[in-house]
This record gives sequence, structure tokens and C-alpha cells, in this order.
Amino acid sequence: MNRFLPRALMAPAVAALFLWMIVPLAMTIYFSLIRFNLMQPEVRGFAGLGNFEYFVTDPSFMTAVVNTVVLLASVIAITVAGGIAVALLVDAPFPGRSLVRLLLIAPFFVMPTVNALLWKHMMMNPIYGVLAQVWQFFGLQRVDWLTDLPLFSIILMVAWQWLPFATLIFITSLQSMNREQLEAATMDGANYLQKLRFMVIPHLGRSIAVVIMIEMIFLMSVFAEIFTTTGGGPGDASTNVAFLIFKQALLNFDAGVASAGALFAVLLANVAAVFLIRMIGKNLD
Amino acid sequence: MRLQTTLALAAAFALAGAAHADTELVIATVNNGHMIEMQKLTKYFEQANPGVKVKWVTLEEGVLRQRVTTDIATKGGQFDIMTIGMYETPIWGKKGWLQELKPDAAYDVDDLLPAMRNGLSVDGKLYAAPFYGESSMLMYRKDLADKAGVQLGDHPTWTQVKDLAAKIHDPKNGVYGICLRGKPGWGDNMAFITTLANTYGGQWFDAGWKPQLESKPWKDATNFYVDLLKNYGPPGSSANSFNEILALFNAGKCGMWVDATIAASFVSDPKQSKVADKVAFAQAPTAVTPKGANWLWAWALAIPSGSKKVPEAQKFISWATSKDYIALVGKTNGWATVPTGTRKSTYENADFLKAAKFAPAEKAAIDSANPNDSTLPKSPYVGVQFAAIPEFQAIGIAVGQQMSAALAGKTSVDAALKASQTAADREMKKAGYYK
Repeated sequence: MNRFLPRALMAPAVAALFLWMIVPLAMTIYFSLIRFNLMQPEVRGFAGLGNFEYFVTDPSFMTAVVNTVVLLASVIAITVAGGIAVALLVDAPFPGRSLVRLLLIAPFFVMPTVNALLWKHMMMNPIYGVLAQVWQFFGLQRVDWLTDLPLFSIILMVAWQWLPFATLIFITSLQSMNREQLEAATMDGANYLQKLRFMVIPHLGRSIAVVIMIEMIFLMSVFAEIFTTTGGGPGDASTNVAFLIFKQALLNFDAGVASAGALFAVLLANVAAVFLIRMIGKNLD
Repeated sequence: MRLQTTLALAAAFALAGAAHADTELVIATVNNGHMIEMQKLTKYFEQANPGVKVKWVTLEEGVLRQRVTTDIATKGGQFDIMTIGMYETPIWGKKGWLQELKPDAAYDVDDLLPAMRNGLSVDGKLYAAPFYGESSMLMYRKDLADKAGVQLGDHPTWTQVKDLAAKIHDPKNGVYGICLRGKPGWGDNMAFITTLANTYGGQWFDAGWKPQLESKPWKDATNFYVDLLKNYGPPGSSANSFNEILALFNAGKCGMWVDATIAASFVSDPKQSKVADKVAFAQAPTAVTPKGANWLWAWALAIPSGSKKVPEAQKFISWATSKDYIALVGKTNGWATVPTGTRKSTYENADFLKAAKFAPAEKAAIDSANPNDSTLPKSPYVGVQFAAIPEFQAIGIAVGQQMSAALAGKTSVDAALKASQTAADREMKKAGYYK
């Protein structure tokens, strides 16, 4: 009885949140089970698992799943390693440190679409891009990035966008590093690498876990960068699951198949989350 | 007597309503030169029609298509007038999603070019009014052809084009034999590749709606296309579409180019083209058959069937696609910049013919295209460089991706066509054309 009152008071908020989640999910599940193509409104009816079958048997499907995983893993690896390196660099005081830190954070506030366009035209264009000019300066064959290395180019863009986020978290985490312990280690004759391996990295463990978790959630659905640069191509070389769903929904106008795809993406995210929590959840207790 | 009173009252009410409520027409359109010009000239329409305000929503082609299609399919009613192409018009007209257009006598419907009028009508009813129209043709550098000692004539074959491309290909001096579209998209590279497949005697679907992408004509056409661009094309072709090639051609980097007739007015304009005085025009090259060798496209204005403002929308469309509008652009901007490819009277106008040396070639190309008969074997679909069925967008995009991958050397032509056939087959099966 004494537990009832607080629960009753919380009920409206919980119910609202629950509805917030369950209504779109229920609609998606419903759409995924019917024939629902915007271009053929006269064709309706129960489709059973037809939409799921159609999505999973798409020739680009496996490629898209592999690309999604590769993109996730690469960007997380680059941002964690790079973030730690950069954070260590700006950890020690030096003149102008706050300004440098501010500049380091800047890319995170660039919109994904703008980021993609910057890279596409300013950096990666094979004729007038900065990278092409650099390659030419050294007398090398210019690289047509978006044609020859589409997925790598996307990874580069997204990593550039997310590096500041990781850096920021690691900088704050390093602030709370116990200086006296570090000094003691130095007195005991530990070299820099040993200190890094046995003191700094363990200290950063929890924030590394946080970075991986948050990036995982956001990078699952990378879309703007792909849409504005490669359009998923050439062929399907840079198509990820999110882009495949977009193709079904807005290029084929098939809401049924797109909903089935969306549910598959939810499944994929949950599988990934379970593994993650198993792997790094220990750090979060 | 009573009837008259009622009518008078009704009229009075109607006037009163009009007096203190502006009708706002929301128009979705595509962001290209002619449309931007129309937006600038809208003030003339608003002056002539007090009480009607026009609000523009200008979008990039792909986004426009998504917005307009979702709006019309879900009966969203965001737009009173839509800019749609020759692909959507027959499909949507048949579904009853568009208002039939009934312009007044002054509009002179019979002045519209027959190819355009047929392409935008279903069962003789006009569902969209052409704002500008185009076909495709060959643009080439007369100076380079003369230097190579080649005469192309008005109806070149692809063999002749390939030989000339080989002769003028000079990458050391930054001149490439031929530039063609390679960027994936059913309206980008597939528009061109479909015309090539047509002239090789191919078709998208046979009479039983079975996709024909692994047939001999498609193999011949695709191999020819990939070889031609690999040997005599510029680097990075798989990312080039109309605008990219236009920039290359204007900079003097392309010896030849087969693309939209609308390009003719740009490449021969000394203000933007370095080679304006060296360009010559011919009909699109042919191989096995002249059928479907040149495409047919129009951007047109249409009214979705749920619209509450049909009379005003009809008024605007009649204004924007009229002879008077073309004359207005001619007066304010010069006759070289008028929207072409829609009306016979445009091609009879002395001012226009003087300003546009490409006009005869353009009109010949448009007149020779027939969306109802554009393939050597009989086809069940309408359209030259596309098939006017709802499934075609998805199929065209998938095949376009494969073609650009073949062009980039990521896959072989045979593998690309096999994957294309699979994709097309899946779509057609899902849509229930056959089991």
C-alpha cells in the first residue's frame, strides 16, 4: 500500500513514455505485415512475412550489413585511439591550450550534411580537391576517393566528425587522473609506455565504454554522409542498412518493405547492444 | 426572377470572399534555370490576377520527386501545382491523381508539339502542361572533326562517332574524345544508356513484362558504352551527369557529347562556353535501328486531384505555359533563353530562330521521338528512355548503380547486367506482373 502512491504518481509519466515508444513501433510492425506501396494504393492486404523475405533477399542486403558493421567498428576504433592520443597531447598545460581545445571540438558542431559536402568537394574531388593537390605535389597518381574507396571515404568523414566527441570525454576523464600516483610511478622508474598501459588506460576504461556505447547508437544510422556523397555506390559499395531502408522507402515508395527493414535494424541494434553490455558492462558498475 | 436574385447574391458573396482573402498557390518545382526564371517573372502573373499569391517550393530534382510523390500518394495536399515529368504524368493521370487540364481557347492547345502533348496525355486527356521539353542529340566540335578530316552529316551512326572519338582523343592536351553520362540514376545515366540499348534493338520489358537486361542488344550496348568511355572518355566518368559534363564541354575538354537538346543553348552561348563558335549539332547517333535513339522528356505543370484551388491553379498553368509567357521571357531575357521544346509557334518565331542556331536540330529530334513506339520489338510500356510504370524508378536506380559500377571497373559488364536482371525481376515479381 505504501508503495502504491509513488507508483500511481509516476504512472502518467511512465505511460506517456511507453506510448511514445510503443505507438510508432506498433505501426511499424503493422506496416511491415501488409502490402503497402505508395505508388499502388489499390494493392492492399496481408503480406505475411513477404516484406521481410523481400528485404533480406535483396542482393545488396549482406553487403549492407557488412558495410554497417565495418563502418561502426572502424569509426569507433579510429575515434577511441585518436581521441585518447589527442587528449593526452593536450593534457599537459601549454600556452593557448584552451583555444586549441576549442578548435579540437569544432568539427562536432558541423552538421553531417555540411561535413559530407566539405569533404566531397573541398578535400576529395579528384580534380580540384585539396587531397588531389597534395598528391600531385608529391607527383603521385591522384585518388578518385569516392569512386575507388567509397566506404573508406565515408569512414574518414564520420570519424572526423566524431573524433572531437571522444576527445572531449577523454580530456575530462584525464582531469581526474591521480597526479601523485603518476609521480610515484615515475620515481619507481616506470617509463611512459608502462604508465600508459598500467595507469592511464585503466583509468580511462569507463569513459572508453561510454564513448563506444554512445557512438554505437548514433553510428548505426549514418545516412546523411552517404546520401550526399556516394549515394550508396558505386554499385552498393557504400550502402549501409539505413541507406538500404531509405532506398526502399523513398526511392521505391514501398512502406511495407521499408518497415520490415526498419524492424531488422532494430534487431541488429539490440544484438549489438547485448554484446556490448556483456563486453564492457563490467566497466560500468 | 428568384434564380437571378440567387445568382446575383452568390456572385456578390463570391466577390466579397475574393476581396478579403488572397488565394495562395503553393507550387513545387525543380531548381533549374528555366524554373528559377519563372519565379522571377511571377510578379507579372500576380499583377494580372489580383488576389492570387504564389508561393514557391524549389527543390533539387530527386528531392522534388520524393516530396511530390509522397504528397500525392498520401493525399497530403501540400501543393496546388506540381512540377512533374513525362514519367509521372501518364502513371498518375491513369490513377486519377491529377486534374484534367482544360485551358481556354486563347491557350491554343493545338500549338503544343504533338510528341509533348501525347506524352502528357492519357486517353486523349491532357493532365500536365509542358513548361519546357527536350530530346537528346549529338553536340560535337566542328573544328576538331574538320582537323581529323571527318564529316558527320545529320544522322551519324555510333560506329562513325566511335571512329571520330578515336581520332580526336588527345588527353595530353586535355581533350577527350567523347563525354557521356555515368552517374547512377534512372534519370541520369539510365536515360542515356536506355536510348543506346533502344538503338541496338533492345527494350526494357518484352510483351509479357519480363525484363530483357541480359538480352543481346543490352549486352552489345553496354559493352560498347563501357569500352567507348574507357578508351576515349574523361577520367571519373562514373560521377558525371548533365551539369558536370556541361562544365567539361564548355571548358573545351570534350570532343563530342550526346545529351539533352537543352544543352545546345548553353554550349553555344559565348558568355559561358569557350567553344561557342566551334560547336555543331547532329541527331542522336544510331546503331541497328533509329527507333528510340533519342529520348523525350518534358518538365510540366500539373494540378493534384484533391486541390481546392483548381480555377486559380489552372490560370497559373495557362499563363506559365502560354505563348505570351515565352514572348515575355524573350523580351526580358533574350530569345536564346526562352523555354523551348513545347510549342510549334516558338519554332516559327523569327527572333528565336535568329538567336538559336540549334533550333532546327532540336525540333527534328523532338518530332522524331515517339513514346508509344520507341523500341524495335513491340513493348508493353510507354516511354522512350524509361518505362512509365510505378516500378520503373526502383528498377532504374538499381540498374543505374550496376552500370556505374561496370563503368568504374568494379564489376564486369556481364555481371552487372546479371545483377540488373535479378533486381528488375524481383521488382516485377513483387508487383505481381507475373508469377
